[in-house]
Amino acid sequence: MTTAPLAVLDRVTRRFGASVALDDVSLAIEPGVVLGLLGPNGAGKSTALSLLQGLRRPTSGTVSLFGGDPQHARSRAGLGSTPQQTALPPTLRVGETIDFIGAHFDDRMPTAQLADEFGLTVLLKRQNGALSGGQRRRLAVALAFVGRPRLVLLDEPTTGLDVDARRSLWDAVRRQHELGTTVVLTSHYLEEIEALAERVVVLGEGRVLVDDRLDAVLGVVDRRRVLLRTPHPEALAGVPGIDRRVDDDGLVVIDTADSDALIRELVLRGIPFSDLRVHGASLEEAFLALTAEPSA
Amino acid sequence: MSTIGIAATHLKYSLIETARVPMAIIGALVFPAISLLFFVVPQAAIAEDPRLATHAVIAVSIFAVMAGCLFNVGLDLAERREGAWDPYLRTMPVPGLARVLAHGARVLIIAIAAVLPVLAIGALLTAAEASAAGTVAGLGMLVLTAVPFVLLGTVIGYGLPPKAAIPVIMVAMMSLAFGGGLFLPPQLFPSWLADASAFLPTRQARELVIWAVQGGELAWWAPIGVLAWSGALLLVSVALLRRDAGRRFR
Repeated sequence: MTTAPLAVLDRVTRRFGASVALDDVSLAIEPGVVLGLLGPNGAGKSTALSLLQGLRRPTSGTVSLFGGDPQHARSRAGLGSTPQQTALPPTLRVGETIDFIGAHFDDRMPTAQLADEFGLTVLLKRQNGALSGGQRRRLAVALAFVGRPRLVLLDEPTTGLDVDARRSLWDAVRRQHELGTTVVLTSHYLEEIEALAERVVVLGEGRVLVDDRLDAVLGVVDRRRVLLRTPHPEALAGVPGIDRRVDDDGLVVIDTADSDALIRELVLRGIPFSDLRVHGASLEEAFLALTAEPSA
Repeated sequence: MSTIGIAATHLKYSLIETARVPMAIIGALVFPAISLLFFVVPQAAIAEDPRLATHAVIAVSIFAVMAGCLFNVGLDLAERREGAWDPYLRTMPVPGLARVLAHGARVLIIAIAAVLPVLAIGALLTAAEASAAGTVAGLGMLVLTAVPFVLLGTVIGYGLPPKAAIPVIMVAMMSLAFGGGLFLPPQLFPSWLADASAFLPTRQARELVIWAVQGGELAWWAPIGVLAWSGALLLVSVALLRRDAGRRFR
């Protein structure tokens, strides 16, 4: 099996007018992995995907797909991607939609087999406009796999789905990956990335903040937020394990990797506190910490 | 698969979509035939005069083509731009030419489908007449003079969202049809309107198609006008297309 990357972004910058969507991003997508692209809205995830799909050209730098230019139709023969769920033509039937997209590929998966993989068999005769949100999402993701692609791009595949629908879609994607498809998925749900990805790239404001194995990234973004009131906030200055502290009129907000150790330390040092609350930092808050302190 | 094969596939599914909501194009198909029935057939002075009846059938055919182009290019583009299905099809491994061919073929099919009942009514219920060669030449000229209408549809489609495109298409269609002498022959116009009419692509198309079918003298401004409209509308279309492709999204 070759280890040459399937797709490469080499020092890619993409501007839209005055704003920079991607800022000198380099990224190689190796065969066989599930790569999670994680980041808040506007971080550049969708822009990166649209460059790989050949929908846009980089302002500078180069994008290559299977060794060719993604703007050339031929280069996209091994690429699968999803339409937005609202995009499906409402009057076409599910089976027709699959056949239509499948017709673009030389070695396509038969409609019945694809429908079976993604739980669409009973829906094949239904018009797209009559599908529920979850069914549309399943069809949209299934379309990415109809051409037996080597590389699949999934943009927010399960946003807005309930837990069961999300898990069954994850299972289907995992099965396709085990059959040898390389997957790039974007998400702003940490849970989704945790469930599927092996390698994680965190984008923020157009730059690559982290590019590492899943467990390493989880260590960085899995933080706790501790809120408490204390009459002596200055005493907190020397306490270890505080990544970020904001004092707001007696209320102190602390971001830390280990809230248990932090609170033990506060008690040992005899620092008085009240109104203690601890919650897991949201991904948004973790990104904020990453963007504010890239060295963390 | 070949580009032509993929274009045929795109055409097939686009016609399936149309067939599921046939009311969407029924206006384009039936309206021209109805206007011939109501405006021309009952008027013996026109319907029973071979020359005038032929002019009337030609005028309504141009109206059918124009309506087909404005609705099927203008409204279709505006709706496609709004949706995300077209960008998705652009990620498929086929050249963009396939989609353009499929779209062109679709417009042509719908325009011809709208012209056929007009020709049938004209042949059966009026004194209109044309030689076989004249009919073929006339159909060819219909397609050529449709270029400004296709481009006008493109400008509307890229310039406006669907809700705004519908009234603009209606207003453009009606004023071009009346002003261009498609509903009332230009001989009945007051002189100022007859002069202004020469600047409209519909009037120019009328002169050109009549000339192709019946021969005779061709007004010099008709071909120049069609070329001028085509050039100007092409420039605007390209400018709008560029603006559209540069649209920001993340």
